[in-house]
Amino acid sequence: MHTLDLTIADISKIEGKASCDIKVREGNVEEVKFTIAEYKRFYTQAIRGKDVVALPQLTARICGTCSNAHLLCAIKAVENALKLQPTLQTILLRKLLNFGLIIRDHGLHLYVFVLPDIFGKDSILDFDVQNSLEHKYLDDTFAVKAAGNNLSIVVGGRSVHAPFATVGGFTRLPLHEELQKSLAELQATRPRILDLIKLFFEKDTTLIIDDLDFAAVVDSEYSFLYGNLIRSDGESVDSEKYGEYLEHVVIPYSHASGYRFDGNVYMVGALARLNLAKQYLHPKTKESTKKYLEVFPSKNIFHNNLAQAIEILHAVDSSIDILKNLRVLPEKPLPIKRQEGTGIGVIEAPRGALYYKLEVDASGKIKTGRIVVPTGQNQISIEGSIRKFLEKNIANIDSKEKIEYEVERIVRAYDPCMSCASHFLKIHWK
Amino acid sequence: MRDSIQKKLRVGWFSFSCCEDSTILFTELLNEHYKEWLPRIEFCSAIVLQKKSEIKNLDVAFIEGAITSKKQEEQLLLIRKEAKKLVAIGACACVGMPSMQRNLFPEELKKEIEELIIRFQYAERVKKVSDVVPVDANVPGCPMDEKVFVSVLDTYLKEFGIVG
Repeated sequence: MHTLDLTIADISKIEGKASCDIKVREGNVEEVKFTIAEYKRFYTQAIRGKDVVALPQLTARICGTCSNAHLLCAIKAVENALKLQPTLQTILLRKLLNFGLIIRDHGLHLYVFVLPDIFGKDSILDFDVQNSLEHKYLDDTFAVKAAGNNLSIVVGGRSVHAPFATVGGFTRLPLHEELQKSLAELQATRPRILDLIKLFFEKDTTLIIDDLDFAAVVDSEYSFLYGNLIRSDGESVDSEKYGEYLEHVVIPYSHASGYRFDGNVYMVGALARLNLAKQYLHPKTKESTKKYLEVFPSKNIFHNNLAQAIEILHAVDSSIDILKNLRVLPEKPLPIKRQEGTGIGVIEAPRGALYYKLEVDASGKIKTGRIVVPTGQNQISIEGSIRKFLEKNIANIDSKEKIEYEVERIVRAYDPCMSCASHFLKIHWK
Repeated sequence: MRDSIQKKLRVGWFSFSCCEDSTILFTELLNEHYKEWLPRIEFCSAIVLQKKSEIKNLDVAFIEGAITSKKQEEQLLLIRKEAKKLVAIGACACVGMPSMQRNLFPEELKKEIEELIIRFQYAERVKKVSDVVPVDANVPGCPMDEKVFVSVLDTYLKEFGIVG
């Protein structure tokens, strides 16, 4: 197409609202504006003055799908501010809660949002039960999601805004028989996930973005909740320094802040984690996915899908190990001593590094909070990837519908979450 | 899965300003109910599930989230016009909170966000759904109460003659 003005108003099958404006003149891509179009709910302001114990459940409401990641990251920041060290049992239960989130959330993205593209359908709901392969993937969709969802319910009381997870521990502990039921359910999903990994390895698209950096917080267990910040150059630093590398970028047409990492355009999420730390995946996961892991490190942004599929398996294998050995003992949340301090929490949410920095006053009230979410960090990279695709392919595409379809696929590959991103926009436009 | 000759309930699922937790719970409810619901429900609009969107002649519109701008208000009015029944889903739709929290900000915080409110044409105050259109049923909770949702859906499946 030589000349084009295209507005994609509502990008479908993503979390929240985003749009994209494209302008092409005489074959030149003159403008690409990727816009996070969610209206803000002003959590940065709303958290001020809130008590530290109430904060995690409030910020969980920033996002329905990443809810438990916000909850766990906020708890970590609060506990750091109060110098509270959770027990080993609490750490294991939090890992299970988060693995449940990874399975459910990656499952939603891969099966419900992306799989229809692979099968040339608009929706997972259009899969034909008369077709054995489509029927299988329809059943797999809901079985895998359910396994993650149920694990989060067993441990946290709910897969969204888990009510039992709190500062210092858990207000209710899971029953042994509930955990065993979850264990059996997770074991049963393994073959389904292996099929999903193979499918994405064989069928997904390629879009190489050369000038892209990656960042991830990873430990030797690939736990998502702990570890050092690892950069593209291999350097490993204390994750509490994460905020120091982030350069805030104003995107005047978007409801969300963008970021560069140490001055560079970068990506966070499953692709970043596998590129930087695939050696730390669960041994059983590594054994089962040896062939597929060879593609990492990769600069093909569509490999984020394959990386997520492998992470589902890692979350399942890691959860199975914990569940086989866990004997839950009676334990109450640790007592809290409110005091002045600063607490940083950094974890890997499903979509990438999530950063909380909280300033707490002597009475335990939040003075200020800085929260940086994965999709804000990926915003510049998403726009750049769309531009790169168009520059390379615009001459060969003859319909607006095709462009719209391809742009939506690129956005979807990043698995963005607009509900999260739109709440943290600084005002520096003048 | 959804192609069949059986009469179906024409449904739209719409999210306004919120964290979309009830959308997530709805997609998780499908884990258990998809075999029962998909042959009986036609999703005319549900951007989380599909590109296709036909906001016309809906039997039931499910509305999640609070109303933050004039544009959202206009869209909600349009949906109401096209829907025989309209259900508010989750706390933000039913009572406005927590999306409505900026309505309660002290002057100092209101001043801090003023430029954004003007730049992106936010409404002066955030509204719950019933402040804008008549609501036929509420599914309260943050996130929505799943049992109430299933019960409301069952009621409409019967009322519209989809199930006996």
